[in-house]
Amino acid sequence: MEAMIQPLGLALDGLLALTLLWLAWRVLASADLFKSIVFFIAFGLVMALIWVRLGAPDVALAEAAIGAGLTGALFLAALSRLRQGEEGMANGTHLRRANGLRFGAQAALIGLLIALFLALGFALLSLQNEAPGLSREVADMLPASGVSNPVTAVLLNFRAYDTLLEMGVLLLAVIAAWSLSAAPKEAVDAPGPVLGGFVRLLLPPMILVSSYLLWVGAYAPGGAFQAGAVLAAAAVLLLLSGRSPRASGWLGWPLRVILSLGLAVFIAIGLALTFAGRLFLDYPPDEAGNIILVIEVVATVSIGATLAALFAGGRPQQDKRE
Amino acid sequence: MLSQIATILLLLAGAAFFLAGTLGLLRFPDVYTRLHALTKADNVGLGLIVLGLALQAESWTAIGKMTLIWLLVLIASATGAHLVAQGALRKKIRSWKP
Repeated sequence: MEAMIQPLGLALDGLLALTLLWLAWRVLASADLFKSIVFFIAFGLVMALIWVRLGAPDVALAEAAIGAGLTGALFLAALSRLRQGEEGMANGTHLRRANGLRFGAQAALIGLLIALFLALGFALLSLQNEAPGLSREVADMLPASGVSNPVTAVLLNFRAYDTLLEMGVLLLAVIAAWSLSAAPKEAVDAPGPVLGGFVRLLLPPMILVSSYLLWVGAYAPGGAFQAGAVLAAAAVLLLLSGRSPRASGWLGWPLRVILSLGLAVFIAIGLALTFAGRLFLDYPPDEAGNIILVIEVVATVSIGATLAALFAGGRPQQDKRE
Repeated sequence: MLSQIATILLLLAGAAFFLAGTLGLLRFPDVYTRLHALTKADNVGLGLIVLGLALQAESWTAIGKMTLIWLLVLIASATGAHLVAQGALRKKIRSWKP
């Protein structure tokens, strides 16, 4: 039986790898941006399958939720706004293929790419077969990390700096988007009973799944980023169905607090630890589990709000009617 | 042994539905007929696959999770098909007439 599974698995992996390469090529080569985006989403889903095959379900979850789902939604929203801006212009403002490159330049470029590919391939093949990595160190320190999922231990304890900076990057992205323009007034047509009912039916399970992913991250694949992505997807659905919270008071300072809460709490905990005589973000092992849970809860809410704010695409405009 | 044979048969039947749905997606003449092929065939295909895998599941919670996934896909694909068809109708895309 084992002997049968091996070549089958190899064939499946090869098929996935070839599909991924083909999709990547289609993303780059499609002249129609809409097609590119659809191929990009398919690329993300195949990539997630490949992460599962590589035994990295955490990355697969993040890739499917953020890489394929939310980034795809962001691209589609950006495209629809691009087209709205283009309507006044003449036809054919779609991306034209840059065919201005001369033959010599093309040949040089292709030669360079092949050389780069060969160099990378050589570097990859000359690696040791079994790179030790740091998995042993992680496994040794796992009991002191406060969680039993090694990925969460690395992301929120051993290398919490990285995650702290990622939260900062997300906040910066929102600040940049908000300072560029106000959110466009969406011309949402009446969503119709089906979409409205769908959203009403799906929101509670989505919030439940988000909480589940957050909680399960302590000992199984999951965590703040995946949970936040599900939360953001719920918010995107709400926005799409025309139930934006524009008229409510939510878009003033409450939204700003929610957006920055993740980073703020993260930094506050780090500083509190330095005042207690430890290093920055050096959790005491007895309390590590609770600290990680607190950080993950606020990070989830902030990540969800951040991604949804990016989808809305600009400073929130409040109704003048208020 | 019997459950394994049943699983294999159910998985094959599910795959056959997926294949038929994909063929329909590729070969049917317009967006409405393609939606029809895709959502209906894939929903049944996924149901058969979930049923087949449920026979091999180790716990009731696993079966519950798979059933939940199937139900969610049913709702999502029905809604998605409706929205795509509605969008096509708004763009005044005519349906195919033989």
